[in-house]
Amino acid sequence: MAKEITLADIAKILEKYDIVELEDVKIKGDIELELAEGGGVALPPSITQALQSIISAAHVSSSTTEAIATTAQALQSILSPGVGAGMQKAQIPATPAEEPDLELIRTEFKVAKTEWKGQIEEVTIGATSADGGTREGTVTIGGEKALPFYNFDHQMPHPPVISVDCFDIPITLAKAVRGHYEDVMEDPGEWAKKNVREFGADMVTIHLISTDPTIKDTSAKEAAKTVEDVLQAVKVPLVIGGSGNPDKDPGVLEAAAEAAEGERCLIASANLNMDYERIAKAALEHGHVILSWTQLDINAQKTLNKYLFKLGVPREDIVIDPTTAALGYGLDYAFTNIERMRISALKGDTDLAFPISCGITNAWGAREAWMKDSPIKEDSDWGPAVNRGPLYEIMTGLTLGIAGGDMFMMMHPKAAAAVKRVTQMLFGATRDEDKGKRVEMGDWVTWRGI
Amino acid sequence: MKISSPMEAWKYLPGTNCKECGEKTCLAFASLLLERKKKLEECPLLSEPKYAEKGKKLAELLAPEVREVEIGIGERARKIGGEDVMHRHERTFFNRTALAYDVWDTMKEEELRERAREITNWRKFYVGEFLNVDAIAIRSVSGDAKTFARCVKRVAEETDFPLVLSSFDAKVIEEGLKEVSDRNPLIYAATEDNWKAFMGIVKSYKVPVTLFSTDLDMLNSLAVTFSSAGVTNIVLDPGTYPTGKGLEETFSRFVRIRRAGIVDGNKGIAYPLMSVPMTAWMVNGNGTGAKAENTLETSYWEAILADLFILKYADIMILHSIEPHSLIPERTLVANIYTDPRRPVSVEPGLREVGTPTAGESPLFVTTNFALTYYTVESDLASNKIDSYLMVVDSEGMGVESAVAGGQLNAGTMKDALESFDVEQKVKNKTMVIPGLAARLSGETEDVTGWTVLVGPRDSGRIPGWMENNWPPETAT
Repeated sequence: MAKEITLADIAKILEKYDIVELEDVKIKGDIELELAEGGGVALPPSITQALQSIISAAHVSSSTTEAIATTAQALQSILSPGVGAGMQKAQIPATPAEEPDLELIRTEFKVAKTEWKGQIEEVTIGATSADGGTREGTVTIGGEKALPFYNFDHQMPHPPVISVDCFDIPITLAKAVRGHYEDVMEDPGEWAKKNVREFGADMVTIHLISTDPTIKDTSAKEAAKTVEDVLQAVKVPLVIGGSGNPDKDPGVLEAAAEAAEGERCLIASANLNMDYERIAKAALEHGHVILSWTQLDINAQKTLNKYLFKLGVPREDIVIDPTTAALGYGLDYAFTNIERMRISALKGDTDLAFPISCGITNAWGAREAWMKDSPIKEDSDWGPAVNRGPLYEIMTGLTLGIAGGDMFMMMHPKAAAAVKRVTQMLFGATRDEDKGKRVEMGDWVTWRGI
Repeated sequence: MKISSPMEAWKYLPGTNCKECGEKTCLAFASLLLERKKKLEECPLLSEPKYAEKGKKLAELLAPEVREVEIGIGERARKIGGEDVMHRHERTFFNRTALAYDVWDTMKEEELRERAREITNWRKFYVGEFLNVDAIAIRSVSGDAKTFARCVKRVAEETDFPLVLSSFDAKVIEEGLKEVSDRNPLIYAATEDNWKAFMGIVKSYKVPVTLFSTDLDMLNSLAVTFSSAGVTNIVLDPGTYPTGKGLEETFSRFVRIRRAGIVDGNKGIAYPLMSVPMTAWMVNGNGTGAKAENTLETSYWEAILADLFILKYADIMILHSIEPHSLIPERTLVANIYTDPRRPVSVEPGLREVGTPTAGESPLFVTTNFALTYYTVESDLASNKIDSYLMVVDSEGMGVESAVAGGQLNAGTMKDALESFDVEQKVKNKTMVIPGLAARLSGETEDVTGWTVLVGPRDSGRIPGWMENNWPPETAT
């Protein structure tokens, strides 16, 4: 039954019967199409549609024979005059035609703003003499009505701040960090001073880790003395951290809170695993802000915050720490945990509507941040550890900043400076910085490299 | 994707439970469709005429909100875009950001080949697998078409990675393309000025194309113009300004484009996005006589930009530094953000054997059942060929440090583990090595279990060194 027909024949047949649409068409056997040179036949639109329906039916059918596929391709090339019949061949035309007749279809880019009903609590840390403290300045975080740096929805009210860590005894540090602190490790006051003077810290965190019974078991009284020393040494707001020992921390933080009476420090921290009530009450009694710390658990964070409300802690006295995990070591959990908390808060969950503090120094727990070589023999060379470490801290910090972090406790001066710089830019504090020296965006293509 | 439950998808399937797709029921198949673990074509009935209409409708409903574009060919081909959500916890991000590192056509041949190999062969072990980067971007610095083509050819000889051919000159692009027309490279970039020539190339060679404009009206116009002409393998580059207000605006553009695509359903702009963190080098390093210090700082800034746009919606990015300190954290962050957040965080507690341990002689290490911790310790032992037992304590999926602080890893839980896994059968010397981060538990654990407790290193990567000094223990010899 093989018979040669031309496309014009098909058109004629279809026209004759006034066919606009073909249903359940099956083409069987060999069909040969003779294509006139230079492009083919002008078909009325209705016929074009009809032929297209043959083609699409051919595509869908699982019993499509090769012949049909070939036919379909041939027909399709006729039906797209711009492409040209040569396209069936594997060979590429020497010079693709420009599209001279095409006009740009002008459209306007539009996108809706996102409005949230919730707002993050605004919390001020530190007290000047006007408020019964001795700090030269205070730090305010929170107050957001949109996701971090989404200034196109709502201008972020305060940029994130950086608190640089110091410790009450010399501690083991990665080589890349140690060099910056070796001269001050014996003296927490000097250490704190260096953080402010040389590293531009907005705040200082004093970690009273020596109070841990398994470290040095320093008494609460001695720890309080250290806090006094640091308050003397620097005039920025302070974060006071315990050792994390659940038995020891309540007593230590009580003594520290008393010693820092009126300074509106951030007391770190109340935790469900310890007597948070004593810690919260001490903060309340001596005029401090309390850090509510939970471990990567959104429900635990709500629970602990509710306990704090019950104890009478005012909302403007609470900062939360949902736990920081290092890049490569759980950062995905920390990121999503913080992001979910912030979104819930913006949606109206007032149990979670608090500024978020992140212990970015945890990034140094990642072996890639400090280990000389990879323990995995098949890995590509890791390069110098001293170059890797700061970037681990930077990327852990920035990532959690994008999730919702308002305050970063950090350690490496370069990392602290870099996170500060980029978050200031995203916040909009440096809008004039690149005036007149904007790079041309295409320049990277022809950049000669170094 | 317009549907959110397997039941909704099931309504469009034949419902015959014919098992041809390999699943027991159509409902099971439906749920795998939603997970993108099965494709519609795997249901043979759907191609029959009586189901075709439903099949077509289902395909539309299942299509991701952001168009998926494939670059490269074969095993190394990478899908980019295809995302459905703004935040990973809403479901998951599907196609990880493809990291493309650059080479350029004015490099000396040997340097060029070496760099291409280095990018291709780079790898880093992470949670049970080796990570690689994804693509090589070839830049036309010379502006000369023949020079570019030669460079493309050489790179193609050294790598099976997807390629990005970069020039604003259509003639240069086409010469390069001729060398790799069968490799499905991404070309960069059509702009307001050159788009007609680029469209001609794209239609001839059938390759994916990047459209570039920092003006979002123009970018949207270009995308609509191309798609109306039947070109839908499109990637959009809204420009990556590296600093200051430019950076703030860049961040805004990426978020707003993705929001327009996913939330507002603007199909005209719902394409994969490209970011170019290597613009950091335009600001800090001018290419001549830059000091090493400046180079390090600039590579940090490049990584910062990479971080921002890995988080906020770049589906492919072009980077310059291939120093290990750049590659490791950049690729690790991609792995973290693009991990399915619904995957379990813990492994089954129990007693594992690494290598071929000998009862009574090989050491017993203790770790927690947090997946990341477990895989790290296990791979450190295996990679260093340390035949040993590994006791995985049920820490409720917490890592060592958190579990010690939270009490999920303590003397009691270790005692439970020893007993329930019948560890004494294998470890007859009754000696265990606990993580250095759990050092404070050693005394109490000895008291409670009656076992000898040795404190291992704080990081399991240091176990080989620790073994040299501490194993076998003196008492056991």
